[in-house]
Amino acid sequence: MFDQVAANKRRSALLIGGFVLLVVGVTAALELLLGFGRLWVMVAVLVAGVSSFLAYWKSASVALAMSHARPADPVVYARLHNIVEGLCIAGGLPKPGVYVVEDPAPNAFATGRNPQHAAIAVTTGLLAKLDRVELEGVVAHELAHIKNYDILVSTLAVTLVGVVVLITDTAFRFMWWGGASHRRDRSSQGGGLGSILGVLGLVFLVLAPLAAKLMQAAVSRRREQLADMSGVLLTRYPPGLLSALEKLRDDSTVVHSASRATAHLWIEGPVPRRDDEGRLAWLGRLFDTHPPLEHRIDALREL
Amino acid sequence: MGLVGWIVIGFVALLVIYGIITFNRLVGLRNRIENAWAQIDVQLQRRYDLIPNLVETVKGYASHEREALEAVIAARGAAMNAKGPAVKGQAEDMLSGALKSLFALSEAYPDLKANTSFLQLQEELASTEGKISYARQFYNDVINRYNTLTQTFPSVIIAKLANFNEREYFETDDAARANVQVEF
Repeated sequence: MFDQVAANKRRSALLIGGFVLLVVGVTAALELLLGFGRLWVMVAVLVAGVSSFLAYWKSASVALAMSHARPADPVVYARLHNIVEGLCIAGGLPKPGVYVVEDPAPNAFATGRNPQHAAIAVTTGLLAKLDRVELEGVVAHELAHIKNYDILVSTLAVTLVGVVVLITDTAFRFMWWGGASHRRDRSSQGGGLGSILGVLGLVFLVLAPLAAKLMQAAVSRRREQLADMSGVLLTRYPPGLLSALEKLRDDSTVVHSASRATAHLWIEGPVPRRDDEGRLAWLGRLFDTHPPLEHRIDALREL
Repeated sequence: MGLVGWIVIGFVALLVIYGIITFNRLVGLRNRIENAWAQIDVQLQRRYDLIPNLVETVKGYASHEREALEAVIAARGAAMNAKGPAVKGQAEDMLSGALKSLFALSEAYPDLKANTSFLQLQEELASTEGKISYARQFYNDVINRYNTLTQTFPSVIIAKLANFNEREYFETDDAARANVQVEF
């Protein structure tokens, strides 16, 4: 179990490292094609950084408002409050805000920039369909997101995607109206090698945004798996989360108040899944924010 | 001063910095242990406070289950007077057992089971039981980190010099641990 937690942490660190390399690669390609990359990239990092930072700072209130969550009444939802309090004691965390989303689909999410400004929300469907032990498993998964600073990690990923998209987008526009002649001058100086590099750079720029989105999805899937493991570390009872995930798998109701924008927050991907049987299914899975429930259940069984 | 002199000074400075960091980490962990212990106490106190209410409620419906009621009261008294992690752990396990058999008995009284304040007390005691075991778990996790730091090289040197001694775990027997997962 501790190994799983360590391996997940290592892999998401590697992914973030890969992200930074991607941004560096885009910078190099721009330098090659247009002769000025660094300034451009700095501007893009600034723009994407500021907008993401604002989103990050307000993440809790935005996510809660978007999913129509309201504070859980401590008397009506005494059990939920008690479970959250107990698990916070286990993890040495302050108690987060506890919210309820009026929705028959069983699901839950956590948000907030740090443990001191965190909130978790569960749907009324989840409260109705899960027993105490299963609910503890799900709440522990959400608290693990908070404890692991996953909101920070995913914000970082979103920012880096934003940087890559912003740079490549503007670079193409620039080349369209005049950068091209500039590039020709430069590549003629470099001869044949220069033009080959130029073509490679162009291909790289086309593919970079796609790669960025894939990596963002991979980071998200990694953090989900990590939250499963460190959640179990809180409850010390894998069967709880296991049977909760099985119930989520067998339930086909879809959360109405969730959208793609908040998809990465929920315990189960709330957006309806495409048909998983098709020949291109593996391609669609690469863009999923959550690993397939089957994988997660199997991982828990191994503990 | 030559190059060698600077290297020696740098080395000593690194050692001093390491010593300060390790010392501070040990102090931080020791304070967390105190805090974690206080957390357990808060939850235990909560349970002591809930029990008289429970006994009164049960008496109203099942007054002739005197034996079970007295066992709970006696276990509560013993647990409140116990000192030190090991002894306290045992006394608390006894109390959990007594409560468990009281709740098992209440199954035979439909009127009692329909009483709202009994149901509330049941939820409160069930979750307090859970919180006690989570507080213990956290306490033991902190003890684990602290003991590891005081026993491994090179931090063991600082620990020995500054008198940071190994701490005792809050032990519990397996019966009480299984009890936590019981659905009341």
